[in-house]
Amino acid sequence: MNRRSLLKGLGAAGLLAAAPAVRASQAPLGKVVVVGGGYGGATAAKYLRLFGGGRIDVTLVEPNAEFVSCPLSNLVLGGSKAMADITVPYDALARRHGVRLVRARAVAVDAGRRTLRLAGGQVLPYDRLVLSPGVDFMWDRMAGMDTPEARATVLHAWNAEHQTAALRRQLEAMPDGGTFILTIPAAPYRCPPGPYERACQVAWYFKRHKPRSKVRIFDANQDITSKGPLFRQAWAEHYADLIEYNPQFNAVRVDAATRTVEFEFGETERADVLNVLPPMRAGAIAVDAGLATANGRWCEVDFLTFESVAAPGVHVLGDSIQIAPAMPKSGHMANQHGKTCAAAVAALLAGEPVDPEPLYANTCYSFTSDREVVHVSSVHRYDPGKKTMLSVHGAGGLSPAPSEQEAPYAFGWARNIWADMLG
Amino acid sequence: MQTAAWAAACATCHGTAGRAAPDAAVPPLAGRDAGWIAAQMRDFASGARPATIMHQIAKGYDEEQAARIAAWFAAQSPQEAP
Repeated sequence: MNRRSLLKGLGAAGLLAAAPAVRASQAPLGKVVVVGGGYGGATAAKYLRLFGGGRIDVTLVEPNAEFVSCPLSNLVLGGSKAMADITVPYDALARRHGVRLVRARAVAVDAGRRTLRLAGGQVLPYDRLVLSPGVDFMWDRMAGMDTPEARATVLHAWNAEHQTAALRRQLEAMPDGGTFILTIPAAPYRCPPGPYERACQVAWYFKRHKPRSKVRIFDANQDITSKGPLFRQAWAEHYADLIEYNPQFNAVRVDAATRTVEFEFGETERADVLNVLPPMRAGAIAVDAGLATANGRWCEVDFLTFESVAAPGVHVLGDSIQIAPAMPKSGHMANQHGKTCAAAVAALLAGEPVDPEPLYANTCYSFTSDREVVHVSSVHRYDPGKKTMLSVHGAGGLSPAPSEQEAPYAFGWARNIWADMLG
Repeated sequence: MQTAAWAAACATCHGTAGRAAPDAAVPPLAGRDAGWIAAQMRDFASGARPATIMHQIAKGYDEEQAARIAAWFAAQSPQEAP
């Protein structure tokens, strides 16, 4: 053990003392490969090192050089935050926690041989694999979006990265008096309140800079899927002449050249900036590995360990999973998945029992302007009889109203969760 | 291990091992008195201490769970080892 890893071991002493998996022996516990450096995967990688007392060999495979947060990314569209404000480097995971970072795209799982193949052809062996690949888009459900030109014109901006900056540029280039159209797919999709927050942020920008412009929302769902009364209040108070909400409009076709969207009953609408959120499913690597056992879209897991029901030794986290009742596809929830999975994998590798009753919470803040915030919260506990996570009755809830009071907590949440996963 | 895993759920907002960022509005929990933390959880749940969100979260934890989590945070060092 070198000096650096010795110091790191001391740094993790608090977690170490509480973890029977790391009691006396210092023998290596095994090799875990984590795919995807988002809220689920980065958290799992760090906590595998903490809960394993430094005895688990952890590799994180992620193609991007830096983490870019989806939460807060709508503020970049509104213009009150910049991309740099939502970007965090990965290096502390290696430097402070001893995670091996491999900057590559993972392409295939061989669950039988317990190996992961990378885009460059390299093959990584593992004892346990953790997949946190986020969502992929079901382009086959959105006609007209099959060319690179269409996808460069009609953006989703739903995984942060470069599309968020590109959509902001489209909004900046749009003349006053223009129309921004946002289409929302049927639930489940990543971040239930995200589209409605986005409408607020774009309207906030228009109100200050392009007041004759319009935000038109076309939602495949029956009604606003999350924080409905709070978004309606914000729209009425701040954006009454700016935001138009149309439920039960399911987008099925796009003409990118004219920025026209067509809905399932044949209506069409034209936009100056068209933002289409296609139907979503688990990340391709999980689907291709045969793990998307729920309708071919989402991965069913054992909620004690996040191990796939289809492939022993392969765990799936975050937005890719078939969620439990009342469990949102959120970054906060993916962070909780990552820790629960890390604790279970540390126990399994040490030959010890896993926690039979996971218990965690969800907190989700949405910005209705640059400074007004609303939240939804919930607490989730494992039900041994039903073998799933259930929300604890009587706990959780919504903000009473949009308020400036919650903004410091929302920014504090971001600071702390980014440090919790990457710091 | 179960208590460490439960407490890790709180770390998402309150910082890893309860060590929150110094300039974040969410307070740190590492090294705080266990009785004080447990009392805050009771007071949030009962409404005796007003809150923006913790009154909703605290209702999801019973006395024993809150006491175990509180004791775990009390045992953490407020400062990370260098």
